[in-house]
Amino acid sequence: MTPVRHVLGTLGRATFLALVLGFFALPLLWLASAPFDAHPSITASVPDFTLANFRALLDNPYALGSLRNSLIQACGSAALVVTLAALAAYALSRARVPGRDALLYVLLLLSSVVTGTAAMVPLFELATRLNLIDTHLGVVLTLSGGLLPAAIFILKDFMDATPTSYEESARVFGASPGQVLRHVVIPLVRPGLATIAVWAVANVWGSFLQPFILLRDPDKAPGAVILYTLYTEGGAPRLDVISAFSLLYSLPVVVMYVFVSRRYGFRFHGGIKR
Amino acid sequence: MARLRHDRADMSAPMVSGKHSLTFVVPALVLIGVFLVFPALWTVYLGLTDYRLTGLAAADPRVVGAANYAEALGDERFRTSLWLTVQFVLGSAVLGQAVLGFAIAWALRDRRGPLKSVTEGLVLLAWILPSSVVAFLWIALLDRDGGTLNAILHTPGFAWLLDHPMASIIVFNVWRGTAFSMMLYGAALENVPPSHLETARLAGASTLQQLRDVVLPHIKGHVLTNLLLITLWTFNDFTAFQLTAGGPDGRSEILPVYIYNVAMSGGRLGFGAAVSFLVLVVNLVLAFAYLRLLRSRGEVRPS
Repeated sequence: MTPVRHVLGTLGRATFLALVLGFFALPLLWLASAPFDAHPSITASVPDFTLANFRALLDNPYALGSLRNSLIQACGSAALVVTLAALAAYALSRARVPGRDALLYVLLLLSSVVTGTAAMVPLFELATRLNLIDTHLGVVLTLSGGLLPAAIFILKDFMDATPTSYEESARVFGASPGQVLRHVVIPLVRPGLATIAVWAVANVWGSFLQPFILLRDPDKAPGAVILYTLYTEGGAPRLDVISAFSLLYSLPVVVMYVFVSRRYGFRFHGGIKR
Repeated sequence: MARLRHDRADMSAPMVSGKHSLTFVVPALVLIGVFLVFPALWTVYLGLTDYRLTGLAAADPRVVGAANYAEALGDERFRTSLWLTVQFVLGSAVLGQAVLGFAIAWALRDRRGPLKSVTEGLVLLAWILPSSVVAFLWIALLDRDGGTLNAILHTPGFAWLLDHPMASIIVFNVWRGTAFSMMLYGAALENVPPSHLETARLAGASTLQQLRDVVLPHIKGHVLTNLLLITLWTFNDFTAFQLTAGGPDGRSEILPVYIYNVAMSGGRLGFGAAVSFLVLVVNLVLAFAYLRLLRSRGEVRPS
C-alpha cells in the first residue's frame, strides 16, 4: 500500500467516525444538559446547574404516579412471562411432545408477525369485551402474549443445556415434577430466568402503543404515555418537568442494559429486541 | 446469533410424562392463544365488516365482504401512505441503518479502547432509550425556534418537521435503529479471516474490491438476516407517530400511523382491521423468509 493511500484512508476513517459521533451525540446533548438547567430551553446548552427540575416533578399530578404504573405493568408482565415460559420451556425441553419444534417455530413466527401495529384493532376490541380497558391487567396480558414465544424459545435453550442427571436422582427419591422444577431446575437456569425477566421489564417499560390504546385514564397511564402527553397537550410545554422526567424514566432501562450485558454478555439474542 | 450451543441434554429418558408436560405448557399456550393468535384471526373477520367505534355500525356491524379492501385500494390517502411506507423502509432501514451500521462496524473492526466503546455506547444508547424519550429529543433538536440543529446550522426559524416531515422521520429512524445492524455486522466481520484481507491488500485490491470479493462472501447470510429483520421492524414501527402523528396533512403518514388515525382516532375499526390484515400478510412473508434462511444456515436446529 502506498503511503499516500494509507494517510488518506486513516484521515477518511477519522472524519467518518467524527461525523458518526456527532450525529449520535447531538440529540442526546439535551437529555444530558436540560434536566440540570435552572432555565431549561429547547436548545441544548451548558446548564446553569440546579436540581430544582426534579423537585418540579413532585408537583406534577401524574409524573411520579406514571412511573409507579410503569413499574406495576413491567414487573407484572415479567413475573407472568418468566413463570409461564419457565413451565412451558421445561416441559418442552424434557418431554417428547410430537411436533414440538414445529410448535416453537410457529409461535416464534407469530410473535414477530402479530405486532401491535398489525393487531391494534382486535387488541382494543378484545380488551373492551373482556372489561380490560383502563386496567393494568389488560396491558400486562396483551404485552405478555407477545413476549412469551421468544421467552419460551430462549429458556428452552437454557434448559436443554443443563444436564438431566440431577433431575433423575431427584425423581428416584420420589420428587414430583413440580418439586424437581422448583428445587433442581430453577436454581440451575437462574441466569436464564434473570435474563428473561430483565428483557421483559425493559420491553414493557418502553412500550407506548399498547398502553396508549388500552388506557384512557391518566391515573393508570405509564411513563411512556404520560411523557407523550406532557409534550403534546396544549399550551407551552413545561421543559423543566419534561427534561427531568425523561432522564428519570430513561435511567432504569440504561441500568438494566448495562447490568445484563456486563453480567451475561448477551449483546443480542437471536434478534429479539422487540 | 450468539445462542448457547452446549451439548444437548440427554433425551433418552423423558423426565416429564405426557400428562404433566401438558399442564406445564397449557397456561402459556392459553395466554398466547387469546392475546396473540386470536387477535390475528379476528383481524381477518373484522376486516370484512363495517364495524365502527360509535354510531349505528357499532351496535350492529354488517359483513361487507371485500368492500373495505376495494375502498382502500381506491383511496388516495391509503395509496399515499403505502408509498410513504416504502420510502420509510427503504430509506431508513435498507439504505440508512444497514449501510451506516456496516460502515461503523467496518471502521471500528480493528480498533480497541475508548474511541470504540464511546462510539458503540452512543449508537446503542439511541437504540435502548424509550421511544417517548427519543421522540421528544428529536422534537427538541428539530424545533423551529430554539432547536439545537437550527442553532448549529444558523438557520433560525427553519421548520424541519413541518417542511420535511418524511426526511425527518427517515433520518430519525436511522439514528434510532442503526445499533442493531452495527452489532450484527460487528459480529459478522469477526468471521472474516484477517489473512484473506491481508492477501487481498498485498495484491493491491482497493477497499471496495476487498469488501466485494473477500468480505461479502463471508457475511452474505448476515446481510440477509439483517435486511429481513430491520425491514420487518421498521415496517411495524410506531415511533414516528410520536414525532409527527402522520402530519402535516398526512405527509408522513406511514401505514402504522395511518391505521391508528383511521381506526382509533377516526373510529372506523372494520376498515382499519382490513388495512391491518395487509400489514399482517407482509409481516408473514418477511418472517417466513427469515425462518427459511435460519434453517438453511443451520442456526436453528432442525427437528
